[in-house]
Amino acid sequence: MLNNTRPYIFVIAVLITLFGFYNYVVYNTDGYVTVEKLSSTAVKGQQLFQSNRCWSCHQLYGLGGYLGPDLTNVYSSEGKGSNYIKAFLNSGVKSMPQFNFSEDEKNALVQYLKQVDETGIYPNYNAEFEATGWVKIKYRNETSKD
Amino acid sequence: MKTKAPIYFLLFALIALFLGMFFGMTASFQYLMPEFIKESVPFSKLRPFHVTSVISWIVLSATGSIYFFLTYVEKFKIFSPFLVKVHFVIFMLTGIAIYISFAFDYTEGREYFAFAPILIIPILLGWVLFGINYFKTLYKNVKGWPVYYWMWGTGIAFMCYHLMEAHFWLFDFFRLNFIKDFAVQWKSTGSFTGSWNMLVYGISIYLMSKIKKDSDVATNKTVFFFYFLGLTNLMFGWAHHTYLLPTQPWIRYVAYAISMTEWLVLASIIYNWKRSVLKVEKDNNPMAYRFLLATDFWIFINIILALLFSIPAINYFTHGTHITVAHSMGTTIGINTTILFSALFFIVHQLYPDFKTDRKWVKRGFVSFNISLIIFFVSLIIAGAKRSYWMYVSKEGSFSEIQDSLIPYFISFFVFGIAIFVSLAIVAVPLFKAFIRKIK
Repeated sequence: MLNNTRPYIFVIAVLITLFGFYNYVVYNTDGYVTVEKLSSTAVKGQQLFQSNRCWSCHQLYGLGGYLGPDLTNVYSSEGKGSNYIKAFLNSGVKSMPQFNFSEDEKNALVQYLKQVDETGIYPNYNAEFEATGWVKIKYRNETSKD
Repeated sequence: MKTKAPIYFLLFALIALFLGMFFGMTASFQYLMPEFIKESVPFSKLRPFHVTSVISWIVLSATGSIYFFLTYVEKFKIFSPFLVKVHFVIFMLTGIAIYISFAFDYTEGREYFAFAPILIIPILLGWVLFGINYFKTLYKNVKGWPVYYWMWGTGIAFMCYHLMEAHFWLFDFFRLNFIKDFAVQWKSTGSFTGSWNMLVYGISIYLMSKIKKDSDVATNKTVFFFYFLGLTNLMFGWAHHTYLLPTQPWIRYVAYAISMTEWLVLASIIYNWKRSVLKVEKDNNPMAYRFLLATDFWIFINIILALLFSIPAINYFTHGTHITVAHSMGTTIGINTTILFSALFFIVHQLYPDFKTDRKWVKRGFVSFNISLIIFFVSLIIAGAKRSYWMYVSKEGSFSEIQDSLIPYFISFFVFGIAIFVSLAIVAVPLFKAFIRKIK
């Protein structure tokens, strides 16, 4: 059994202090690109996205479920956009359940996806691979250099 | 008289495991037949049931095992047996409330925490009670903690913090800034997993030290070094989940650097392979020993995969594909579940020293579990590689076409998912009966 645990308590204390500082900075740091805050309509759309568990099947930035396509840029993709999204919502195609969203709800979801779209691109083909294993990605609305 | 609450935790953990696998299999069938029961129970409804149930399996079995080790094996006088019972009742009632929340579509939460956000309050309360009981009990009984006590203690504390952090989105300060909000969501999810890993990996070290009857396993400087390394990764390594999200680059640099320290873990596993595993005394705990051997194999496979996709240049191609699913299934089933089954066999041996655990069918179940998991895992890796090829190389065809082309791998995933269910059922039946006998 150990007798001298002081060094371990010291290491834990240092790590927790660093963690507290790190969290403070992460929570108070905006993204790398300039984006507008979600509007009240977009927030309503986000609530619908969550309460209907859209994330179960769909992804944003490659995070979420795998049964449906990624929706990060569905708003701005060629041949897609607002009407395409609205048409899909209540269609019940393949494994997608048939929802009964009102016009207001459809507009809210479109607004949410529009604002998500404005934050960046996924998958992003504008990438440079470095020898260190790092990937430099060119984002939309970049305000500073990587 | 010792409280039977730990046994209740373990019994309900097994129930959660099999419910979780049942929901998972039903949901995965919709990959093969998209129209299957989709109007009554769509995939989007089944997935939260599946995810919550399997997380409950890990959390309940880890909690029950820790309570059991403290009271039955170490024979500590628990600070408050009453609080253990209250903890169990809170978790059970909250579990029922979560299922009701899912059944009636009160799912305002997010991935992994889809339930009505108010339910996080009793969950947190349960963890706080666990923490009070744990720290008060150990403070009285132990001077100089072996590493597993540190791991369980930090696991409980960080679990409380990250459960709260996963609900920061309820505040407009986070919610209105999509990039920050999304980053914090995945920060909390990654560290939530890291927190339960602290509990489960602590259990594996506890089992090693007890089965080997060698306390040095849990007290030497190297094991503490790796504990601190794991804790550092829990705190700062989460951002490899969000390399492609436009967060500030320094967040990603830190995550990349921290994640690469896990090469040390891999090197250590290879260096210590023979020493750490093959000399384990297995006579008294044959099945606990076998499951720990399986754990070693799955750690080896999964750490290589995790290290590779923590490199941004590789992550770029694997992110958002089934390779990530292979990793999460490989770790929760291959690592967490094998450690927890090892703990259950160890516990049954403690309850009934004459109980024969390595029965013929149990051994067969163990073998078929591992073979099925290998095929299940490889199916996901191939499906992920094909999806990545479609996303970054061919870029041809619609999402629907690529999904259709993956059906052979989804069939394999589904069939071997059933095989994992059946294998674990064979292994679990004697454990379940033993626990039932104990509480009668």
